[in-house]
Amino acid sequence: MALDPLSDVRAAALASTHAPDLRAPRSLRERAVGALLAGAAAVSVLTTIGIVVVLVREAASFFAEISPARFLLDGEWTPLFADKHFGIWPLVAGTLLTTGIAIAVALPLGLLAAIYLSELASDRVRRWVKPALELLAGVPTVVYGYLALSFITPGLQHVVPGLAGFNALGAGIAMGVMILPLIASLSEDALYAVPAALREGAYALGATKLGAVFRVVVPAAASGIGAAAILGVARAVGETMIVAIAAGQQPRLTLDPRVPVETMTAYIAQVSLGDTPHGTLEYRTIFAVGLALFLLTLALNVLSHRLRRRLKGAAA
Amino acid sequence: MPPTPHPGEGDAHEALDPDAVSSRPPPRVRPVVERTTPTAGTEAAPVDKMRAEGLRAWFGAHEALHGITLPVRANAVTAIIGPSGCGKSTFVRCCNRMHEVVPGARVAGSVLLGDTDVYDRRVNPVRLRRLVGMVFQKPNPFPTMSIRDNVLAGLRLNGLRPSDPAAVVERALRQAALWDEVKDVLPRSGASLSGGQQQRLCIARALALEPEVLLMDEPCSALDPVATAKIEELLHELRTRYCIVIVTHNMQQAARVADYTAFLFQGDLVEYDRTDVLFTRPRERRTEDYITGRFG
Repeated sequence: MALDPLSDVRAAALASTHAPDLRAPRSLRERAVGALLAGAAAVSVLTTIGIVVVLVREAASFFAEISPARFLLDGEWTPLFADKHFGIWPLVAGTLLTTGIAIAVALPLGLLAAIYLSELASDRVRRWVKPALELLAGVPTVVYGYLALSFITPGLQHVVPGLAGFNALGAGIAMGVMILPLIASLSEDALYAVPAALREGAYALGATKLGAVFRVVVPAAASGIGAAAILGVARAVGETMIVAIAAGQQPRLTLDPRVPVETMTAYIAQVSLGDTPHGTLEYRTIFAVGLALFLLTLALNVLSHRLRRRLKGAAA
Repeated sequence: MPPTPHPGEGDAHEALDPDAVSSRPPPRVRPVVERTTPTAGTEAAPVDKMRAEGLRAWFGAHEALHGITLPVRANAVTAIIGPSGCGKSTFVRCCNRMHEVVPGARVAGSVLLGDTDVYDRRVNPVRLRRLVGMVFQKPNPFPTMSIRDNVLAGLRLNGLRPSDPAAVVERALRQAALWDEVKDVLPRSGASLSGGQQQRLCIARALALEPEVLLMDEPCSALDPVATAKIEELLHELRTRYCIVIVTHNMQQAARVADYTAFLFQGDLVEYDRTDVLFTRPRERRTEDYITGRFG
């Protein structure tokens, strides 16, 4: 009379010679697969650690020569010229300006597209539009760069007086188009995750479709939309090719979108592709800039992660 | 055709003892109901606030309601009971045209509100839902709004600007018996309240629009017994002012709160009568089997 139902099974297994031995250790194969998977996961972690180590080491040797005060308090960035200045702010300003323009384009458009897809579009339309939107995300950024240089900027020159051939505006708009699918797709996920009960609650109070969307659904998805916007910003901050091609390569402490500027990423590309000899102070500037860029995107990612966690809490 | 209630019979109006219902004698032997003081509503013929006529509803190809004809009396609580999947939620969702919000859902027949068929082509469902409020199974206060804004949400969603919003909030919360508990925390999020409070907030939100009919779709099924008792108490107070339809899978609850009860089974109306009559002298065998717990 076994009270434990398992003991019957065990007894049967032990009695029969054909039954598998239940006490067998985990097979070697299973452990090997586990190790393989852990290794795959470790690659990305180790890569990140490696990048941080290299960045910090090289940046440290840069800061050994140039004090952080010069880096943070100077208003000019001219390390490649005879009269050297190492103020990071012109590069930061270029990055913030192009990113700001990009997000000003992508957030409203992306959010409206997401609202349309999530709340208004029929299933048929959604089945066509969403993949098309994701296709836009697959366009190489070099294409967007030339789009900005040879199409957006010439077009804008008819409208915006004094717009230079290389400028922050055209590059920023092209970047906005580039991050539009990201923002639209993530915002759509956030809107879609809003419980149907909230929509029904709004309808039951006599809300119109649009009333329910703008007063109930979008506010409920606000943290997810915020996370999408921040990821879009992070993407724009890190974008290199578009700004290297279309924004000009002149570090300039300005918020005027009509003139050439240089972003942090474009500067790194310029130095690493140019003929600056390795190991020199000029070469090490890119690690200082890279470290600043890394800290900026890290902060944005942390912020986005927090917002998304809050979204999950709200949806549960 | 549903049977009409018997206003002249003057049966006991108080809530029935649920135990007495489930342990009542076998069929045929009608239990004698003590005649107590005649209660309001027994003399004057009840007025129909709403009336479903041959109401049929579908989800895609599945027909959930097969032609329901059912009156909803004014200033009274009507309970809809029946086993899961009998169409009771679908029925109330047809009353404020929420059924059609679900893709693939379809309705035929009519629901009269006063003299107007709510399925008339000229009726805008958005306007209708202002007059026929609804409370859902799971409390769904708007999480991004404060308690105060939740109460005002209906007015704002309809583009109305009350001249004295504070008075609207207080009146609605008092009617929902929530005022004393939340009057000091009105700016707090609606999601910060307990489940039972959230549900009363949803009731206040619906009442703020001063609806003619209040539909409640299993409003207590997600609540604990204490919160349930509070909502039921509230229903007793609201019944004099509003016309209420409550869907419930809980027969004792129907017996406690409702003046009239309709029993739905597999998309058909089996029986409709005054609650005391339906629970003590059901005409239909299926009603009797259900209320005595033989199925469902």
